[in-house]
Formats: sequence, C-alpha cells, structure tokens
Amino acid sequence: MTVLSLGIVRGLAGQLIGSALGIGVSVAVRVAMGLPLEVKEGAIVVGILVGAMGFMIGVGALTDWSKWMLGIETPLRLGPPEGKPSWTRYFGVDYSHKIIGIQYGVTSMVLLFLAGLLALTFRVELTTPGLQFLDNHTYNTIMSTHGIAMIAAMLVGVGAMANYLTPLMIGTSDMVFPRLNAFGFWINVPAALLIGTSMYVGGWDTGWTAYAPLSVNAPLGMQFVLLGVFLIGLSSILGSINVIVTVLHRRTPGMHFFRMPIFVWSVLATSIIAFSATQLIGLSFLMVSAERALGMTFFSPVLSPGAVAVGSPAGQVLLFQNLFWFYSHPAVYVFILPGLGIISELLPVFSRKPLFGYKWVALSSMAIALMGFFVWGHHMFTSGMLEGLRIPFMVTTMLIAVPTGVKFFSWIATLWGGKISLQTPMLFVLGAISIFLIGGLTGPPNGVSVSDLFLHDTYYIVGHFHAAMFGGFIFPFIAAIYYWFPKITGRMYDEGLGKLHFWLMTPGFWLQSLAMARVGLLGMRRRIADWDPGLGIETGQLMITIAGFTIGISMLIFLANLIISAVRGRVASPNPWQSRSPEFQIPSPIPEHSYAQPPVITGEPYDYAEPDSVYVSMSPASSAAD
Amino acid sequence: MKHLLAVVVLIVIVTLAVGFLLNPENLLPTLASEEGAFVDQLFSLYAFVIAFFFALIVVILLYSTIVFRRKKGDDKPGANVHGNSVLEIVWTVIPLGIVLFFAGLGAVYLKDTLKAEPDEMIVEVTASQWSWRFRYPEFGISSTELNLLEGRQVLFVFESTDVIHSFWVPEFRLKQDVVPGITTTLRLKPTLPGTYKVRCAELCGLNHAYMLAEVTVMEQAEFDAWVASEIDSGALGPADRGAKLAGLNGCAACHSTDGTRSVGPSWRGLFGSEEILEDGSVVLVDEAYLLESILDPNLQVVEGYRPDLMPKVYGDTLSQEEIQDLIAYIRSLEN
Repeated sequence: MTVLSLGIVRGLAGQLIGSALGIGVSVAVRVAMGLPLEVKEGAIVVGILVGAMGFMIGVGALTDWSKWMLGIETPLRLGPPEGKPSWTRYFGVDYSHKIIGIQYGVTSMVLLFLAGLLALTFRVELTTPGLQFLDNHTYNTIMSTHGIAMIAAMLVGVGAMANYLTPLMIGTSDMVFPRLNAFGFWINVPAALLIGTSMYVGGWDTGWTAYAPLSVNAPLGMQFVLLGVFLIGLSSILGSINVIVTVLHRRTPGMHFFRMPIFVWSVLATSIIAFSATQLIGLSFLMVSAERALGMTFFSPVLSPGAVAVGSPAGQVLLFQNLFWFYSHPAVYVFILPGLGIISELLPVFSRKPLFGYKWVALSSMAIALMGFFVWGHHMFTSGMLEGLRIPFMVTTMLIAVPTGVKFFSWIATLWGGKISLQTPMLFVLGAISIFLIGGLTGPPNGVSVSDLFLHDTYYIVGHFHAAMFGGFIFPFIAAIYYWFPKITGRMYDEGLGKLHFWLMTPGFWLQSLAMARVGLLGMRRRIADWDPGLGIETGQLMITIAGFTIGISMLIFLANLIISAVRGRVASPNPWQSRSPEFQIPSPIPEHSYAQPPVITGEPYDYAEPDSVYVSMSPASSAAD
Repeated sequence: MKHLLAVVVLIVIVTLAVGFLLNPENLLPTLASEEGAFVDQLFSLYAFVIAFFFALIVVILLYSTIVFRRKKGDDKPGANVHGNSVLEIVWTVIPLGIVLFFAGLGAVYLKDTLKAEPDEMIVEVTASQWSWRFRYPEFGISSTELNLLEGRQVLFVFESTDVIHSFWVPEFRLKQDVVPGITTTLRLKPTLPGTYKVRCAELCGLNHAYMLAEVTVMEQAEFDAWVASEIDSGALGPADRGAKLAGLNGCAACHSTDGTRSVGPSWRGLFGSEEILEDGSVVLVDEAYLLESILDPNLQVVEGYRPDLMPKVYGDTLSQEEIQDLIAYIRSLEN
C-alpha cells in the first residue's frame, strides 16, 4: 500500500495540479491575446474551480460516472477495499452511508475545532480594550473565518447525522444514491480547504455575511470564501435530494409517516429547506464573485470605468441582502431542526415515556420549515428597505415562536411524570433545551422591529445567535455522538469524562450567552477589533473570554474521551439505552449491510410506557444475537 | 396534584425574580432621545413575559429531573401519556396571542418613531470608510462633530460614499444603515444634554472599530454659540482651511498628524521627506507628488502600504483650490 492509494492524498494532489493548471492556462490565454503577463483575480477563480474538480477526479468521486460514459459497468462496491487495510476506506471514496456519515462527522469536528480556535484567538484580543496582539485586518480575517467555518461545520454536521442515521432509522441498508452521497461529501473537502486558505491569501474582512459592496472590494481571500461556500452549498443540495428520496422511497414495511422516528421528520423538514433555498446563497455569492473577477455589476452602486463606458445601470446594494437572507435565515433552521429532532428523539428514551404529542412535534418541524421562508426581511429592519415592509416581516417572524414553543412544551410534558435517568446524552439534551431557551427567549425582542433598531448588529445578537446555534445544534450534536457512540464503535464512551464535559460546557455556555447579551445592551457592537472602555463592559468581556476557554477545554475533554474510548472503551451491548428504534435492535458495531432482512414496523415508536408493545419486528437473521 | 402546586409556586417565584432582574433600567444605557423611549417601554414589557416563559420551562425541567429521577433498580416505565389535544391547542393559541400582541404593539410604536415634527432640523450625514461628516443646510456649515439641540427633532439624511455603514448612538437607541446608492433617513429628538458617540454598527472594513464621532446634545445658548463660531471660520488661511477639509473628508481616519503609522502614511514631517516606493525607487515628497497622490493614489505607493485603499474620488469631489489648501495644510505639518 502506498500513500497514493489513499483517495484523499490523490485528491489533494489533484487539487494542487488543477489549481496550477487553471491559473496557468488562464494566464497563457492572456499572454496569447497580447496582454501583459499578470495573474488577475479571474485567473485565480479559474484555478480554484479547476482545482476543486481536480480534487474530485483525484479522490475518485467521478470514477464510476466516467466509466459509465465509456460503457464500462461498475458494480456498487461495498465493504472494505480489497488489498488495503479497512481503515483506509475512511480516507477515500466509499459508498456506505455509515462510512460517509463518519466522514462527514469527522470533517465537521475538525472544522468545529479550528473555528473554535479562531474564536479563542480573538476573544483573547477582546478581553481588554486597545489592540493587544492582533491588528485590525488580522482581527477582521480571523473573526470572519470563524463565522463561516462554524457555519460550514454545522452544515457538515447536519450531513453527518442525516447520512448516518436516516437509513438506519427507517430500516433500510443505504441511501438511494450512494455515489451522489460520496460526491456530496467529498466536495466539502476542497471547499473547506478554500475557506482555510482564504486567511493566507490576503484575508477578508466582511464577516460571514459577505455584504456587498464591502465584499466586492475586499482582499483576495474573499474570492476563496465565496467559491468555498458555493461548493459547500452544492454538497448541501445534493445531500438533501438524497435524504428526501430515501425517506420517501426506502422506509421499511409498516413504517408509515407517523411511525417514523421523530428525528427522520426533522431531517426531512431540513432537507426540504436545504433543497429549495441553498441556491439563493450560491447565487448571491457567485454574483459577488463575478462582480469581482469579471467586472460585472450586480450590487455595487459605484460603476467601474468599463461599466460607465457601456452605460450600465448601477447595482442594487440591498438586492444582495435579499438574496443572501432568503437562504441564510432558513439555513438557521437547516441547523436547528435536526438538533431539535435529536432532543425529541432522546427525551422519551431517557424518560421511559412516550414523546408528548408526537404529531404536533413532527408537524411543528414542517411548520417551522415552511414559515422560515417568509421571515428573511427581519435581518434588514435597519437596512433602508421600505419602512412599511418592517411590519409584515415582524408578524411572520413572531409567528415562528409558536411552533417553536410547541416543541418546548412537548419536551417538558415528556419529562413530566417520567422515570428520568441522567447519562451523558440526556444531560446534553437537557443542556440543549436550557441553552436553546436562552436563544429562543432573546429572539422576539429582535423580531419586534422597534427594539431591533436598537439591538441589531450588537453583541446581544451575537449572544442570541450563539445560544440558538449551540442549543439548537451543537449541544444536540454532542448528545447524538455520545448516544450513538456505542452503535458506531461497539464500545462505550467514558461516563465520568462525559459528565465532566457537560458540567464545564453548560455553565460555561450560560455565562457566555448572558455576558454577550449584557455587553451588547450596554453598547458593544459586533465585529469590532477594539472596544471603548467608556462603555463599562470590562467585566462582561472578561466573562465571555473565560467562558469561551472553559468551553474550549471541555471540548478537548470530549475529543480525548472519543478517541480513548473508541480504542479502549468497555465493549458495549447492542442496546445500552433500551431504545425501541430499529438501529438498536441489530449488533454493535453495525454490520456492513445493517439489516439482513428488512425489519417490519408493527407499532408506535415511543411506547416506552407499554412494555408489551412492539415497534420493530426483526426477522431472526437480523436481530442482535450477542 | 402536590407536584403541580409545587411547580406553580416555583414558577411564580422565579418569574418575579427574573422579571425584576430584567428591568431595563439595569440593562440599558442612559436614554437620551424621545423615539428611543419606545424601545425602553418594550423592554419593560418583555421583562415579565420572558421571565414567565423562562420560569415555566426551567422550573418544570429541573423539577422533573429531580423529582421524577429513576431510582436505582426501578425498571418500571414512566406514565403512559401520549399527549393531550386540549393542552396542545392551549399552548399554541396563548403564545399566538402574545406574539400577535407584541407584533401589533411593535407596529404602532414603529409608526410613532417615524412621526415628523414641524420644526425639525435637517442634518445631512455622509459616511465614508472610516469617518462621519455632518452638514447643517439650515446654517450652511459642516462639521466632523455632531452637535444637536436639546428638544428639537432632527431629520438625519444619510449618504455613504463607499460601503454600508450604520449610524448608531446607543443612548438614542434607534439605528439606521447608511447605504451607498440610496438615501436613508432617521428621526430623533434628543432629550438629555450630554456627550455621546456615534458608533458605526455595520462592519465596514479595516478600521470599522474606530469609526466613531462625538455627539453633543446642547442647550440653546451653547448651540447658538457653536453655530456662530463655525460660520466665523470662513476667514481662515489656506493651511487652516486645509485642516478643516482634512477633517470633513475623513483624511484623519487613515493619515495621522502626530507621526503615528496608520492605514496610510502620517502627515507629520511628510512634506520634504524622501520616501522609498514599492519598486525600490525614491521619491521626494513635494507639492507635485502630493497632488498626484491625492488624485491617483495608486501611481506611486510608498513601500509597506496597501494600494487600492485610498478613494480615487478627490479629483471630482474637491476643487483645485481645496486640494491646494490640503497641500498647504500637509506642508504646515513639517517637523
């Protein structure tokens, strides 16, 4: 076995060669046209795109499709690769949804840790007023990259849960389109590399929202981010198509819609959003990219000399915000709906009680997904859009609180009268509810436009958004990792370390959220490298930094726990939580083909209070023998 | 029943405690505008609603995890409750009523913040990376500080010369983006004399953090005196006129006058010095070089500074005389 037999190594080589080729050919064309030898941004754009294609060719994500074009049949290869150790399948194209799910998960964690490291870096800077060790441009670059890398980490994390869990939970062996699934994962890798590279090629300074015209004038790093996000968006669209088709067509006999595990509902809702809204952020970023590289005018009110020469009309600044938020608000629900699904999924297991109001919870996800499309204007209350438009957007925004409230009430009603046990996954579920509650209750003041005119672009919003994302996605994601860890690895995580992780991270996060909201109300703006000591926010700033480091340390404990337990943890039983879900009725770690025979669904998923009721009937060959 | 009673009592206690903690007087900076008062009123209404829902969820969550905790060896399941349609309808309809109430109130307040008074004073605000300029058409004066009159409503008319900025004085509460290509407005009536700061609230690039301007709310006599002194300044010499132009055009955002290195070269001791350019050649900073650098800053960039940052608009926005005044001012900063 050589290094080149690893797909990822071939992919990286492909990306390097492709980038060089793209830039080289573009420059050669320039010279051939008699223009001076110069590497313009347009050439770099070609390099980035050809480089991404080079990665996909190198890693092998296009191999099967290319062979089909030549009339060569390629049977779907499953199981460990021949002649290579089985760990190598994680580093190359593999068609098993479980491998792809882990690939997504590890990529998400890598991005999460790097983005977290960036956050800690600028939190040190922000602890005291004045500039300590960062300059303005470095701060802007790090802060902006933190934001977009976290967004990417969460999107990829959603992909991890959707890919690993959906087929298992609906009792099937894989996704409908395995090759598309692999393609959808691998395109994230060159995209993430582009986002990382952006910091070293001039940086960028727009925040993750990339508002035009600032993004049109930003340094070269911006271009890397615009195209990186475009590719991640492509992954998200492809992944969601796969999830929608799989859920519609591959449910095991007897699993009609209202017998699906609740998480599947939330993944379905999230996929509908991702499938139908992601195009808009892709479009808006591509338009900025073209405006920068090709001199086209979409958003800039100031025309380039070339545009003046042809009498082009000026660009529309607010158009960018409309396109951007039409995706980026629903995107928030892309992250949190699966997270809230995990909360609803785990609560009954650890309360030994049915999920309260299953259908209400299921349909509230759909309601949030649908209503999420009509609220984007609330990000633009101060933008200078038509004054009267603030009112309809205020009403639609406030209405979203209703289905979200239904979820909260259903959760506490599920807990009430249960037999609650507090293992680590359950602790993180409860922590998630408490933090999502901060995010939820700090939301309506932003939704009412008059108070938003005060709160917009302050650290209060930063606090609200981080609480919504951590409570709605990161905490449930962590709960899910602990919960399915024995299913994935066949071993148990360390409960003591898990509890330590929780007891550091949750109070840390509470402190961080409240301190962020507090300094924001006192006048701390978001996205500033330095702050005014006159605001009286010294204590608050210090608290945020301390809390940030506490969260960082707890995440290192988490990582250590996962790595050590995967190697040396106690061997886990097939169903350590006495779950009724189909995936817990088969051995751990889950066999290559998951279910030897399709399980048959004969009852309700969450009848934990009726010991005799059966949800999943396994044929003898599939059930856990050990 | 015993559990329900305990929970209700706890919810009431927690609601009251959190509600008082959330009193806006403890949370928000001083209020200094009439329109901003609507924000504070909303916050005092939010306090107890937020406190109630916080108490409802947190109390039931914590109470359940403590009281309904599974004992060791107890393998019996929890209560066999699947749901309750009446409860679901109640907790859909009541929050619906509350959010619609706040949306309605928000709409009414929004209308109130937009009300124009007959004697409003117009202030034209121009935002540029990274400075603020204020023009008072009523008096024909321009300034880099914002001076306002207590009790007289101001109509701010905003324009940006480059990217999006946002006009925000926390004490006035309301903010408004300043958008290139369109004109935006905001009405505020200062109510409390004092000194505050305009803080740019929309990320606008490199020096966004420092895009501040002083705001002073004055009483009538003080304001009149300031206006008179500004009108007087018409009879200045070229270097003093240049100093004022440097302020009004935001030059100081990038060029210090005390020798500190910033985004662009400091003007202190610049005139007459010899600078090394990007290509290694040396240039003498004389009137011709300064004129060229103001009109087309990218032609001869001094080593270590980024090209493309300085706007290339001054040939259009400044008259030849004004540019000569600026050069005279830079010349006056010789060591």
